[in-house]
Amino acid sequence: METPWILREQQQRVVTLTLHRPDARNALSTACLEQLVYQLEQADSDADVGAVVITGAARFFAAGADLRELQQQDVAATQLDHRPLLWQRLAQFSKPLLAAVNGYALGAGCELALACDITLCGESARFGLPEITLGLIPGAGGTQRLIRCVGKSRAYQMVLTGEAIDARCALQAGLVSEVCVDALTLERTQQLAQRISQQAPLALRAAKQALKQAQETGLSQGLQMERQQFVTLAATEDRREGIAAFFEKRTPNYQGR
Amino acid sequence: MENALILSHIEAGVLTITLNRPDRLNSFNDEMHHQLSEALTVAERDDSVRCMLITGAGRGFCAGQDLNDRNVSVDQAPPDLGLSVERFYNPLIRRLSALPKPIVCAVNGVAAGAGAALAMACDIVVAADNASFIQSFCKLGLVPDSGGSWYLPRLAGHARAMGMALLGDKISAQQALEWGMIWQVVAAAELADHTQSMAKQLATQPTYGLGLIKKAMYSSASNTLDQQLDLERDLQRLGGRSDDYREGVSAFFAKRPPNFSGKQS
Repeated sequence: METPWILREQQQRVVTLTLHRPDARNALSTACLEQLVYQLEQADSDADVGAVVITGAARFFAAGADLRELQQQDVAATQLDHRPLLWQRLAQFSKPLLAAVNGYALGAGCELALACDITLCGESARFGLPEITLGLIPGAGGTQRLIRCVGKSRAYQMVLTGEAIDARCALQAGLVSEVCVDALTLERTQQLAQRISQQAPLALRAAKQALKQAQETGLSQGLQMERQQFVTLAATEDRREGIAAFFEKRTPNYQGR
Repeated sequence: MENALILSHIEAGVLTITLNRPDRLNSFNDEMHHQLSEALTVAERDDSVRCMLITGAGRGFCAGQDLNDRNVSVDQAPPDLGLSVERFYNPLIRRLSALPKPIVCAVNGVAAGAGAALAMACDIVVAADNASFIQSFCKLGLVPDSGGSWYLPRLAGHARAMGMALLGDKISAQQALEWGMIWQVVAAAELADHTQSMAKQLATQPTYGLGLIKKAMYSSASNTLDQQLDLERDLQRLGGRSDDYREGVSAFFAKRPPNFSGKQS
């Protein structure tokens, strides 16, 4: 049997995926990434899952990619590497994806946190892209996603020096949305995911797609897409239910229709 | 050990650390920093340690940086004092404030420069009646380091902090007590026994909870009231899950002395 590098746990509509390579500081080897993507795709097609939380260990969220794998790749092998496809599949996950980060999120680990929709971290968290110190550069969205969330100067500084930033700095820069006491990071993230997972599934999906457009198109096109999503939801039962429940002062009962 | 600049021993849950360069008023050199750092690692990793006690050997507590170690002749490039602050003093102060266990400091004599800051970085400071505190940096063209410029205004207030830092006058233990810089003054002959029994008492308490208290107190310096209220909620949540909380409540109702483990759960 394949070694499980990802532990899966489900509470109500929230699935928690825990990176579990304690001997390798949770380095995201290709096998590990494959299993993560597999789990995400399972969760994506499972109607009982509303949101997914990705987390690591107390001292390491994920400390990068597997350097031994990289060491063995020449240009041809790097060109043929299917890791980029795995990252693409991860980015296609259509449900809310949250990261709960304690300790180091470096290199690929930082890129994974950046690829999630919402990232919370503990006070011990450190985010960094140290690829430059190894003579390479981030290869899974690091240079693109980071600059979009923390802005130009800090992104350049992080990518060009390879130096990590701490939790407080990550919060100021907008890389994370909350800093928690370490012992509560996962719990708080799961709470948030739990809350999100109670919302109408189709509305969540539409909201996520609309938010993603903001990174990929210009404003006017984005607004158009948003309007389109907005109109599409008008045809759903959940929308009627949501508004009705509001007026009747009760909790809505969403069906995903 | 023959030339131990730091003496340390563990007894009844208390790790006692003695700065041990009495002929140099226990002033710091690089080797002493290394040894202190090792002792701190023990405090951090050893679960049987539930309280730390820091004191000095001989007549002084700590005179800060040993100036003999700083060779500043005119024909040399100016030294980078920032480097020694970054390598030794800052990590030391950070580790003391982050240690989730109480730290008692027994100030047995003069505490000058970084030595005074070291004392202030401890959680409970007890001074001998003949001890004193000096912010000596101003007399050398330097700035209070090791957290000195952070602790002083918080403990003594802006006006006194400025007076101490700019004039560099010697402050008696009694004065430091009246200004709120320290917890207690006791007779010099009683200092060691008094602080030992205080530390031993602390080592029987709910250590995990005491660690949460430290965290709350240190965080308050940079938090707004709103952020601090949230933090208190979170820390209380953690405290409430500990075995020691249950033990404390049960002991209270059973009218018996509690038996705390000090652990998280």
